[in-house]
Parts: sequence; C-alpha cells; structure tokens
Amino acid sequence: MAVLARAPADDIAALLPALPAHDRLRAPETGLVMVRGRAGGDGAPFNLGEMTVTRCAVRLGDAVGHAYVAGRDKRQAELAALVDAALQDPAHHDALMAAVIAPLAARQQAVRDAEARRAAATRVEFFTMATMR
Amino acid sequence: MYVAVKGGGRAISAAHAWLDETRRGDPSLPELGVAQIEQQMGLAVDRVMAEGSCHDRFLAALAIKQSKGDLIEAAFLLRAYRTTLVRFGASDPIETAAMRLRRRISATYKDLPGGQVLGPTFDYTHRLLDFALAAEGAPREAAPEAGAPVGEVPRVTELLAREGLMQREVPDDAEPGDLTRQPLAFPAARPVRLQNLARGDEGFLLALGYSTQRGYGGNHPFVGEIRVGHVAVDFTPPELGFAIDIGDIAITECQMVNQFAGSRTEPAQFTRGYGLVFGHGERRAMGMALVDRALRAQELGEDVTAPAQDAEFVLYHSDNIEATGFVEHLKLPHYVDFQSELENLRTIRRSAMQDLAE
Repeated sequence: MAVLARAPADDIAALLPALPAHDRLRAPETGLVMVRGRAGGDGAPFNLGEMTVTRCAVRLGDAVGHAYVAGRDKRQAELAALVDAALQDPAHHDALMAAVIAPLAARQQAVRDAEARRAAATRVEFFTMATMR
Repeated sequence: MYVAVKGGGRAISAAHAWLDETRRGDPSLPELGVAQIEQQMGLAVDRVMAEGSCHDRFLAALAIKQSKGDLIEAAFLLRAYRTTLVRFGASDPIETAAMRLRRRISATYKDLPGGQVLGPTFDYTHRLLDFALAAEGAPREAAPEAGAPVGEVPRVTELLAREGLMQREVPDDAEPGDLTRQPLAFPAARPVRLQNLARGDEGFLLALGYSTQRGYGGNHPFVGEIRVGHVAVDFTPPELGFAIDIGDIAITECQMVNQFAGSRTEPAQFTRGYGLVFGHGERRAMGMALVDRALRAQELGEDVTAPAQDAEFVLYHSDNIEATGFVEHLKLPHYVDFQSELENLRTIRRSAMQDLAE
C-alpha cells in the first residue's frame, strides 16, 4: 500500500495488463485525515493539521481490496484498491508483485535516492583554519 | 427607528466581474497555470497549506491563483474548502526522527552524526536581485549529487537527553484536544497550544518570537536542530484495524534548546521549544518554537511578564483567518451603529455648550 499510495494513477494503470472486472463496495471518496505530531518530536501527540486523502473499496472475486491514498486522485485510489484485492489471491500474488509493485517501488526509490544524494552534496565539510595562539 | 435596507446586488456583481478581469491581468500574456504556481511558487504554497491547516499542494496553489496571490485570502479559501470534506480519522503521530531529509542543520554542534546538510536554502545567498531570472528559458545547471546519500540521522535533542542535559518530553498518549472540533478554552494544554501555533500567522509568530529574543520573556534560545523533508503518514482505517502508509507529507521541524530549569531535587537541564509545520517553513517553525517555549513559562516556574508568555493573548490572536474576519468586518455597513454614536456625540456637545452658555 505504501508503494501504491505514492504512485500516480497512470503509472499503476500502465503496469496493469488488463483491468479485471470488479464491484465497487465504496466508490472513491475524498476526505481528510488529521495528521498528528508529537510535542518535541517524541512527547504528547497534538493535531498538526489535516491532509486530503482518497479512499476506495472494491470486491474482486472473494477478495475485498481497500485503499487510502494521500491526495484527491480518485482513479489512483480505485486502482490501488483493485491491486490490493488482486494481491490477496495467492495464485496471482507473486506475479503481481513482480509486474506492478516492484517496478513502481524501484522508480520511487530512485527518486528518493537522487534526492538523498543531492542533499548529501550540500553537506558541510569543515576544515580547521590556522590555530590562533 | 430601524429601517431595513437592501441593495447593492448589481454593484457587487460588477465588482466581482472586474475582480476576475484584474486577476487575469493583461490577456496578451499567457495565463498562469495552477501547476506552475505549485511548482514555482512552492514556498507560498507551503505557507497556505500551513495556515490553511490542510496539506494539499494543488488546492493551495489553486487558492493562490484565485486570491491573486493574497496568501491570507488563500488560506481562508482552503480552510473553507476543508469544511466540505468528511474526516476519516486521525493519523498515528508522525515519526520525525525517520524523516527523509532535504535539509538538517544544528547551531549547537559543528560535528554531529549526520552532519550539517544545507539543502535548498536562501541562507548564504547575497540577497542581490538576480536579473538573470528575468530572462526566461535560460538553461539551468542540474544540482550536484554526492556518492553517498543522506540517511536517517539522530535527533540533537536526543543526544542531549541521553546525557541528562535536556528535559525529556513527558510520554503521554492522551487524546489531544482539537481546535477544529472544540473552541479554545483556558488553561490550554500544550497539544492545543501547538495546534494553534502550527496554523498561526507566520508574521505574528515571527514578531512574538523576535520579542522574546529582545527581552520580552527571553529564555536564551539556540537552534538545536532544524529538519526539512518528507515523512510518511500512517493511518489506521477502522475497517482494517491496522495501520497503513497512506503517503508522504512535507514538513519542517525546529527544536529550540533553551535555558535551564532545575530544582532542589532535579539538577538543571536545558528546556525545549518545539516547532512543526507543513511544508518548507523554517521561519514559521522557528517562531513557533520560540513562542511554544515562552508559553511554557508557568509550567517551568518563570514569571509571566511578557506578551509572548501570555497564553490568552497569544492563542486568541495568532489565527489570521479569525483576525482578518474581525478586522475586515469593520468594512461592512455599520450605518445604524454609527447613527447612534453620532446622536450621542451631538447630545454631549449640546449639553456642554449649554453649560458653557450658563
């Protein structure tokens, strides 16, 4: 779900060979989640502010797939729920992980790595000037 | 006698039509796209998300376009929009120690695990207008990348706390108060104060933070750490019963290290002020951390003497949506109120004149 939550709808759709027929148990719906932080980073929780989140639930055969994804993209939420349902079928799980989740995860990791390397290029290297007496 | 009047409908529609036209500006120039605002006015988007108290870059950018760049008006639009959405619930508290960092600096230690990572900052620029930017479409060099990426780094406050030099936060998993559901009441607990400050006006937080540095309730702060980056949000949907990762948000965190508190039973320790905001907003996170620390005066046994230490003063006036509503309502017709004031004044003057004449 972490991977699907960060994948644009077009990217998920491009990797899904054919969209299997499914029923919508809960049509895609955009709402809010209150994001919490902690005082001092590790103290008492407090309400920082809300974020938009879109949810969807589908039935695929006997499996029910759920998705909650950041943002307001209803198509992404539905595709994520569909993949979630399909992944519950042991017969398809491994193939789907390899065909859909792994390439999306690799793409996301590459973006993260590039950013982390860019951040590292701005790391300060101190050197000592001549010591004053 | 009270006379009800109505009117102005046609004038209002004409005014709004003209507003639309001025928003568009010169039609011979290309129209600004929401995606352009989102990408190229990123810090304005961050401020609107923080003060609008809703993390959604596209909505914030749209609000900026609609408000013609008036950021308080944009935050107002975003706050109004959020009231139309249902709330699915509250997230687990975000884990800022596991942030994916773009920037991380400390003013207290030169050499610290993870190092000083500057990230995309205005610091150390010369603040000279760059006329090269006026020439659009100039090729830009890609930012350099280092071989070893920046990974997770420990918190500075944790390094101090491990030595007993920094007061630890009290672990407490009580349900925090929520200003979007219950009105502010006093005494306000720290979680409510932090929520209020996190969406407070940046200028107000900055000015109050500055006032503490200039001696109005000062507590000698150091920037223990500023972190800017992305953090995953975990949410537990009721129908699932376990937490799932629903995506990332951009945040800025500031840990301010302040002067000691101690007692006969406890040796002196540093105390902290905390700032956490949506988006990249260092000035706002620092202001928040200074004011958070100032508002802890009573709890830490300090005299409450300065405006920044006065919780009622700070929390009732920090919200720019409320403030702009009450200040700007003065523009609305007060014809009847004013007539009564005029009448009063005339009576007072009349009687004063009569007294003089006698």
